[in-house]
Amino acid sequence: MGASQTRTEHKYQDLADKTGFSLEQIENLHKRFQQLSNNEETINREHLDSIPSLANNPIRKQIIEAFFDKRNQHQDEVGSCEEIGFEQFLMVMSHFRPPSLKTTEEEKEAMRKEKLRFLFNMHDTDNDGTITLVEYRKVVEELLSKSGDIGQEAAKAIADAAMLEVASTNVPHMDPDDFYEGITFEHFEQILKGLEMETRMYIRFLDVETPTLRCGKSTS
Amino acid sequence: MTSAHLLLLICLISGVTSVKGDVALLHQEVITGISIVTFKWNHVKTPYLVALWILVAVLAKLVIESFPSVTNVIPESALLICFGWILGGIIWAADLQQTFSLTPTVFFYFLLPQIILDAGYSMPNKLFFTNLGGILLYAILGTVWCAATLGLSLWGCQAGGAMGALDIGLLQYLLFGSLIAAVDPVAVLAVFEQVHVNEVLFIMVFGESLLNDGVTVVLFNVFDAFVKLGGPRINAVEIIKGIISFFVVAFGGSLVGLAFGLLVSLLSKYTKNIQIIEPGFIFVLGYLSYLTADMLSLSAILSVTFCGVSCQKYLNSNMAESSVNTVRYVMKVFANGSETIIFVFLGISAIDKTIWVWNTGFVLLTLFFTLVYRFIGTFIQTWWLNQYRLVPIAFIDQLIMSYGGLRGAVAYGLATMLDDQRIKEKKLMIGTTLIVVYFTVILQGVTMKPFVTWLKVKRAAVAEVTLIEKVQNKVFEHSLVAIEDISGQIGDNYLRGKWKIFEEKWMSRFLLTSEARKKQDYIFNVFHQLNLKDAVDYVDEGERRGSLEFVRNESAFINFKKKLGDEFSEVLPDIMAAASDDPDAMRRDPVSSVSLQMHEKTMQGTRETEDIDAHHLLQQHLYKGRKQHLHRYSRNHLDINTDDNEVQEIFQRTMRNRLESFKSAKMGLAPAKTITKHTKKDQQQKVIFIYSIEYMGYYTIASGGSFPFRVNYKAGAGIENPTFMPDPDPMAPMQIPPWQAEDEPDGSTVSPSQRAQVRLPWTPTNLRRLAPLRISTQSTDSFAQADTPASQEKDKKWPPPPPPPSDK
Repeated sequence: MGASQTRTEHKYQDLADKTGFSLEQIENLHKRFQQLSNNEETINREHLDSIPSLANNPIRKQIIEAFFDKRNQHQDEVGSCEEIGFEQFLMVMSHFRPPSLKTTEEEKEAMRKEKLRFLFNMHDTDNDGTITLVEYRKVVEELLSKSGDIGQEAAKAIADAAMLEVASTNVPHMDPDDFYEGITFEHFEQILKGLEMETRMYIRFLDVETPTLRCGKSTS
Repeated sequence: MTSAHLLLLICLISGVTSVKGDVALLHQEVITGISIVTFKWNHVKTPYLVALWILVAVLAKLVIESFPSVTNVIPESALLICFGWILGGIIWAADLQQTFSLTPTVFFYFLLPQIILDAGYSMPNKLFFTNLGGILLYAILGTVWCAATLGLSLWGCQAGGAMGALDIGLLQYLLFGSLIAAVDPVAVLAVFEQVHVNEVLFIMVFGESLLNDGVTVVLFNVFDAFVKLGGPRINAVEIIKGIISFFVVAFGGSLVGLAFGLLVSLLSKYTKNIQIIEPGFIFVLGYLSYLTADMLSLSAILSVTFCGVSCQKYLNSNMAESSVNTVRYVMKVFANGSETIIFVFLGISAIDKTIWVWNTGFVLLTLFFTLVYRFIGTFIQTWWLNQYRLVPIAFIDQLIMSYGGLRGAVAYGLATMLDDQRIKEKKLMIGTTLIVVYFTVILQGVTMKPFVTWLKVKRAAVAEVTLIEKVQNKVFEHSLVAIEDISGQIGDNYLRGKWKIFEEKWMSRFLLTSEARKKQDYIFNVFHQLNLKDAVDYVDEGERRGSLEFVRNESAFINFKKKLGDEFSEVLPDIMAAASDDPDAMRRDPVSSVSLQMHEKTMQGTRETEDIDAHHLLQQHLYKGRKQHLHRYSRNHLDINTDDNEVQEIFQRTMRNRLESFKSAKMGLAPAKTITKHTKKDQQQKVIFIYSIEYMGYYTIASGGSFPFRVNYKAGAGIENPTFMPDPDPMAPMQIPPWQAEDEPDGSTVSPSQRAQVRLPWTPTNLRRLAPLRISTQSTDSFAQADTPASQEKDKKWPPPPPPPSDK
């Protein structure tokens, strides 16, 4: 009994080093993970898809897909998997971890890149290093899917326009026959500079278990 | 030269005031006969002076702003105060007393409301509410902290003998502390707008200054009540009552504001038929919310702030685009105007011997303590706040926040409201307040910019709003909410997501018109805005090149075929034949395009569409209908000439004229030759064909002198640029207005996108978004021509234009 206790703690410590979460946070997230997976070792798409509060999110699919994307799990692998374990779950979550006051500038820069990479990967579904127009159209389409009567055509047009913007800012002098293939990561980074993604892409992970969390558990 | 002007004005004012007596005398004289002209200064005195003062202040601003090199170094507010000093000196010299000074009534009832309303109305809501916790902390705790520490320290110093023979009670000191504690939104805005710090820092300082004005007034009133009550009668109950009243006043005021804001939003839902006075509602109701809160002895400033904050979104979507712009501009005019006046008067008020009572200890200590406690307070609070903030506020930002604690007119206004029965040192307090204001606004204002540069404070990125950024931003927000959902955390994003859903479900339903609800999507709006901008750029570009032909060419071509085809086909058989020869020209894009969906929404029914079409046609053809100028006399309608029959008649007459002239031109041989030569499928040549016809057609009109173009605004619809217009029904050619139809030679599936194409051709640099697609969809575009090298230049031999029709 005592041995298993220390083993879990040891395991958590390992995860904490890897992901930067605190032990309490990992504990909390583990509870959530078990709740989502119905106490199984792994979690699959249906589990995430059935989260009620996620139902209203237009880009639900993309987010869920990101969880099963191997690129986001700090392994040098490509492709997606059917189900993920807790460690992978944590890895994806760790993209949204806020920095502490102690974080140095270099670390911040690295975090920024990582976050951007996460978003980029979310759009670059076929992992060829560019977000092509087709891929981008899909993003916008999904984004607008909850907006009622703004149809697919609108989404298409907006995606096209956005793409054109990227093209014209990044490649100012294009020959008439040139073809802009898609947004590369460098361009992506360039475009999103103004958004200050790095200062905003955070989520508060609680150290203590919240009543609401328990609430959610009891209903599930 | 300008100073001479001002001198003249001053002389006028002071001279006129001295005439006053004589006028009064004249009135008492027995009237012996009818005088032809009388001088009635007293009748108009007050409004006249008000108007003159406004003029003087605005002129001062004009002068100051015409030296950008100076305003770059010294903020405008400081210069205006200096100008006020000079003006005050002149008045003093003329009158030997200060006739004009800022009275609390004028300030609180006529100058302040519009500034606060503007601040609330143009508040970046999301940013504000995201940081609301911090802002509230600074605004409430920070203000109380400053007031308390300042009052106590001054009192302590007095007890220590630092101020000579001064004898002020603790309560009076606290009262003084409360009035001087508040950071002034007017001064902060004036300085920070020129510095461009990052948005979090800005909203922190600005939000704080806005809210703590309310707080400081409340605090002032509470302490004022305590002072009135007198020291010995204050017990625990009274203090608790004071604290309760503090919260009741602050939150009650905010609630009143919210109620009024929702009322305005609701009203704007039904003002479609009185569009002309639609923009007035927000001003009247905003002012009423201020007065109502004041009447209920709640915080008026907070009330009007929240009125603006809560209604902006609904107003902007409910009202017509022109009304939205009107509101925005009028708001700015009011706010900027009264800001200018306030600063000038702050300067003038100082030049008055009677208010100055000097006490070196008091003045210097006040200055010192306000500065020091501001720093200490900010640091302590930020430290506390940073424990809870995801992104902590950096040390440098804290420095700027503390240094940005500018005091302003609110403090002065409150100081003049002090009761000199109970507070014998009122004059000293007013003088000290003025000095603190001058010190902060001028000294800190001037040094702020170098300070910010020196500390390398993160500046705001002054970026153009791009579509991709907005899209990405949206994606990003949604992903944050989703991650929170998945991880089961209840965070800011979670709450914001829930609020959004609630808002869309309930608030929007009650407060937005159905059309406004439809086009609510944020990205879509940005898209729309960018489209508008492109269209305007496009036209500008055309005008810069000296011709609008390229805007019209294809549209007018279709005009010939489609609109008049049935009626006049016998007149122009050649052209009709040629046109139908060309399959591409006849091809309509069956897929409705993006922008047009927007237009469709805003136009109700085809009838109205037709009206607009006809109107647009008229504009294009420069035939000025007789009712064209109607709107100048009409108070109710700005719409021009929508009478169906008349438009129809004028239209037909115009067309007949044009055809006549065309016929005669054709008889003139030379042009006809060109036409036949180029009626081939070749697109490059086709456009010339179009051009030549159009050239003739339009020449008759254009020779009339002016050059037609009108950006057609219609209730929220925006510009109807030919490029963006829909083709409502390809089967019914009569419904297709000429400028809506467009050649789409490659009727590929991508056609809907006007703003972009998959294949990206080279672009004229100044028209990034719009131009390329025109080029790509249609090589017949004149842009393409303009950009093509001289190789095609030889084709551009226009036929000589025919003479204008005789009945012109």
